[in-house]
Amino acid sequence: MSVSKSLDVENLTVSFDGFKALNELTLRIEPGELRCIIGPNGAGKTTMMDVITGKTRPDSGTVHFGPKLNLLALTEPEIAQAGIGRKFQKPTVFEQLTVFENLELALAGNKSFLHTLFVRRTPKQESRIYEVLEIIGLSEQHQALAGTLAHGQKQWLEIGMLLMQEPELLLVDEPVAGMTPQEIERTAELLQSLAGEHSVVVVEHDMDFVRSIARRVTVLHEGRVIAEGEMEHVQQDSRVIEVYLGA
Amino acid sequence: MAQRQYTLWISARKDSGTGWFLGALALIVVVVPFLNLVVPALSPIHISAYGLTLVGKYLCYALLALSIDLIWGYCGILSLGQAAFFALGGYAMGMYLMREIGPRGVYGDPVLPDFMVFLNWKSLPWFWHGFNHFAFALLMMILAPASLAFAFGWFAFRSRVTGVYLSIITQALTYALMLAFFRNDMGFGGNNGFTDFKDIVGFDLHSDKVHVVLLVITAFMLGASYLVCRMIVSSRAGRVIRAIRDAESRTRFLGYRVESYKLWIFVFSAVLAGIAGALYVPQIGIINPSEFSPINSIEAVIWVAVGGRGTLYGAAAGALLVNYAKTYFTSTIPEAWYYALGTLFVLVTLFLPRGIVGLLSGRVRKQTKKEPLRIQADRPEPSRK
Repeated sequence: MSVSKSLDVENLTVSFDGFKALNELTLRIEPGELRCIIGPNGAGKTTMMDVITGKTRPDSGTVHFGPKLNLLALTEPEIAQAGIGRKFQKPTVFEQLTVFENLELALAGNKSFLHTLFVRRTPKQESRIYEVLEIIGLSEQHQALAGTLAHGQKQWLEIGMLLMQEPELLLVDEPVAGMTPQEIERTAELLQSLAGEHSVVVVEHDMDFVRSIARRVTVLHEGRVIAEGEMEHVQQDSRVIEVYLGA
Repeated sequence: MAQRQYTLWISARKDSGTGWFLGALALIVVVVPFLNLVVPALSPIHISAYGLTLVGKYLCYALLALSIDLIWGYCGILSLGQAAFFALGGYAMGMYLMREIGPRGVYGDPVLPDFMVFLNWKSLPWFWHGFNHFAFALLMMILAPASLAFAFGWFAFRSRVTGVYLSIITQALTYALMLAFFRNDMGFGGNNGFTDFKDIVGFDLHSDKVHVVLLVITAFMLGASYLVCRMIVSSRAGRVIRAIRDAESRTRFLGYRVESYKLWIFVFSAVLAGIAGALYVPQIGIINPSEFSPINSIEAVIWVAVGGRGTLYGAAAGALLVNYAKTYFTSTIPEAWYYALGTLFVLVTLFLPRGIVGLLSGRVRKQTKKEPLRIQADRPEPSRK
């Protein structure tokens, strides 16, 4: 699978009761890129993801995926079907289903009721599920209810669900929150291996983690981009130091 | 298709609850008619016509409970208006039974049911046409609840009304219908509803044999509905609806159209409730607007909670047990019944979140390791996170 679509966010403004969560935000993610988005609390990182995935409607601005697809005209499931997957800040898995079933539900394909009512797993789908179980290191636990997993494992399961969706663009919100250093390291490797085949956008607070994976970094502050570029370059930026790194 | 039925049968055999449930149903179908028709009336184990009616009623309630478990236990939608669909199915059947009376009514009008003559109506209202045909009435028993559920669900789920708000609206829905059906000019017999039925497709409703047949049909419909529900919940769609119950917005971001899933399940469960109501009316012999009363829907939800939600058989068992208790209570200390029911509900919610079935399966959980995936997934879920 190769990625061909870029994500273009232009002049996006979202306000909640007068507070501008996003203020004329403009951002472009190239196909296959791994981009980290950082910024202090309230900078608009999660709101931006909400708009891209259809959860929040903006006051103004445009979001396009590829040259033609206007994401603002689509619902959440349609955006997901268009190839954009999202991992939430708080790990959200289906706790009463097994790890295996969680991945099965994330499988790309026809997701209408009548289809899923009669569909059976194909051997190919099953081997794909086992492959992803291997990647996220949960092969042993595939029969366990997802609710019984440790926090870090839930994070991975959710990343695994993203992989099952075969998205072109992955939006990953704070993937290493609550993880041990070893887990963080493995997550960094995993995300890096995904770039190229997928476009990956990572929102993260953990600066060490960002340093370890980032090629390009975008810094948000008060709903707009204040710096963008290589990590070393961004770290030198006086405004960035002022609002964020200096703290 | 043969393969599917085979695997369904296999999974039914593995699932001990399903085995017990279908076994108990088969036992009822054999034993109850035997005790009524074969055992002489003077024998202490003879089941009277009244007893027959009671068992039939319990089975109809079990089907209603099944429909609630599907929508609540599996999809997380607490519908407190399920009795409205039950009553609509019942009214459709009642309209047929009224037309079937024909000229044998008290007033002897060849076409108009007694209550219309009494109200000085000159002709049959348009919506009563066709109900003299049993097939048409059968169709309406399904279509009436289905279309109400579709129209209601379409707006409610699209507007993303969830949780307690949805429950309250469903209560309002059934209450509104009750008030409407109480009105004489609605054309459904007002507060008297329909009664004094004579026969169904030519068979005398006063005969025990006909009641036995109705009971067997009800048991069959309950068993068949159970298997269809089981098929739905063990399909991938069943896992999607449980996913919706546990993390609705996650399901959406995976690309599932949540409102469409909810709508399908809601309409299907309304149809089951309608069938239950349609089977209820000829056995009980009356249908009136009190069937729409909000307390009925709440009682039905309590049956499911007591039996154990998210298991299907638990819901049916809960309906049978609670209603048996109700029959017992209301004939000995009637004023205590609602206190007993309320206490039962509180106790079950506090101490038995998985209901009676959860209590039993916690004690005798025999899990084969052969296909642990399926078994774990079908395990009754704790209702609290």
